[in-house]
Amino acid sequence: MKNVLTVSQLNDNIKTFLEEAFGILWVEGEVSNLRRPQSGHVYFTLKDDKSQIRAVYFRPYGVRAVKFDLEDGLKILCRARLSAYPPRGEYQLIVESVEPQGVGALQKAFEQLKARLAAEGLFDASLKKPLPFLPRRIGVITSPTGAVIRDILNITRRRFPCVNLLIAPARVQGAEAAGEIIAALRRLHAWGDVDVIIIARGGGSLEDLAPFNDETLAREIRRSTIPVVSAVGHETDYTICDFVADLRAPTPSAAAELVVPRKIELQETLHDLYRRLLASQNRCLALQRERLHSLAARFKDPRRYLADYAIHVDDLRERLKRALAHRTEAVAGRLKPLEARLRGADPRRRIREHSLLLAGLEKNLRGGWNRFLLERSERLKKNAALLSSLSPLAVLQRGYSITRRLPEGEIVRDAKLLTPGNRLDIQVALGRIEARVEKIK
Amino acid sequence: MAKEKFEDALEKLEQIVREMEAGDLPLDAALKSFEEGIRLIRFCSAKLEETQRRVELLLEKENSLQTRTFQDGQEDETG
Repeated sequence: MKNVLTVSQLNDNIKTFLEEAFGILWVEGEVSNLRRPQSGHVYFTLKDDKSQIRAVYFRPYGVRAVKFDLEDGLKILCRARLSAYPPRGEYQLIVESVEPQGVGALQKAFEQLKARLAAEGLFDASLKKPLPFLPRRIGVITSPTGAVIRDILNITRRRFPCVNLLIAPARVQGAEAAGEIIAALRRLHAWGDVDVIIIARGGGSLEDLAPFNDETLAREIRRSTIPVVSAVGHETDYTICDFVADLRAPTPSAAAELVVPRKIELQETLHDLYRRLLASQNRCLALQRERLHSLAARFKDPRRYLADYAIHVDDLRERLKRALAHRTEAVAGRLKPLEARLRGADPRRRIREHSLLLAGLEKNLRGGWNRFLLERSERLKKNAALLSSLSPLAVLQRGYSITRRLPEGEIVRDAKLLTPGNRLDIQVALGRIEARVEKIK
Repeated sequence: MAKEKFEDALEKLEQIVREMEAGDLPLDAALKSFEEGIRLIRFCSAKLEETQRRVELLLEKENSLQTRTFQDGQEDETG
């Protein structure tokens, strides 16, 4: 009797069988034919040099679980279930988580995480906290056994014997390391009383240093309120921790040197400051003392000035006297010639001389005057005779009179201009008559 | 003052020395600065001489933090 199955029944049976028979698998291989449809799920083929298998990585698992983006050619280690897809009759791996495998994949994952955190600004210089100048207590996260912690202890003690250390032990290698380092960071923050934290690990392969490339650890370091120094691996090893920390030290020993100043240098600085302080204090005092001395030297009892003044006054008086005498002599000297000259110019002599001159002139004048008078009187007589023949008075002599109207005194030439009663003045040769007009004819 | 930090003290000391070297401080202020400078030097020197070094481990036991003296025994004692 044939047991006939439909295709669907067969595929369903295969699917159930595969899922039950294989359970959870770890499969390693290289990614190829990667496809990323709109859904966000990732489809790819996992292969090695001889064989290949389909794989799908569903988004709900993926978002946080994937620590890096898958790319063709990457070697990965998948945690997956085997299953079948009945509609197409294909079997495939349902991938639950992916770990990078091999140097290339780790390097790729590192570059991707570094670029993403840098873009987020987690490495910004502005976020870097300054280290304390002289830490009182240093938190150290590392393995409590081994060379790293011994180096740190030795170097800090050599540079500065009294710096305290608080070691928060953590594994620094393997799958649990990142989680333990995060826990140690949190312990140090909870405990407080540390001024700076060193996260240290010796050198190792890229796989060995993988915990220090953990994204969660990177974010925890960035959140730290205490400055963090990353000292992982050798000088040439760089980890995400190095970028996100406040300071990267090339090695754990270098971290100890960067964090702890040399005591001897500080003592020298202090000593130098002490010398300078003393020197400037001495200089300042010397300067003030000098000023005081100079002022004291200039400061005098005013009574000493009195004596000086008295002498000065006497001196002045003497000089005044001498000057006065000298001046008098000088004036007298100038006076004498003036007196002589004055005497020489006595006006009485000139008066005598001038009165003689005057008398002569007077005599001349009188002689002249008499001659002048004589000549004039003779000319007068001649003219008077001439004049008397022309004078109206001579006419009056001959019986004419001159009538004037009073009171104006104007000469009357026309009788019609008079009216009876007018007063008249009539001049005759000898005397004058006052008359009144009786009648006009 | 109890919490005065070495770094702050050193910075203050350097400033005092610079001011005094500039020489324009009045005498009173200079004397005060000098005394303060000497105090800071003593403070800083004392800080440098605190010789008790403690190295401890910070551990979590039963959900509480505790410290324990770190004993390695291999610390290089030659300095």
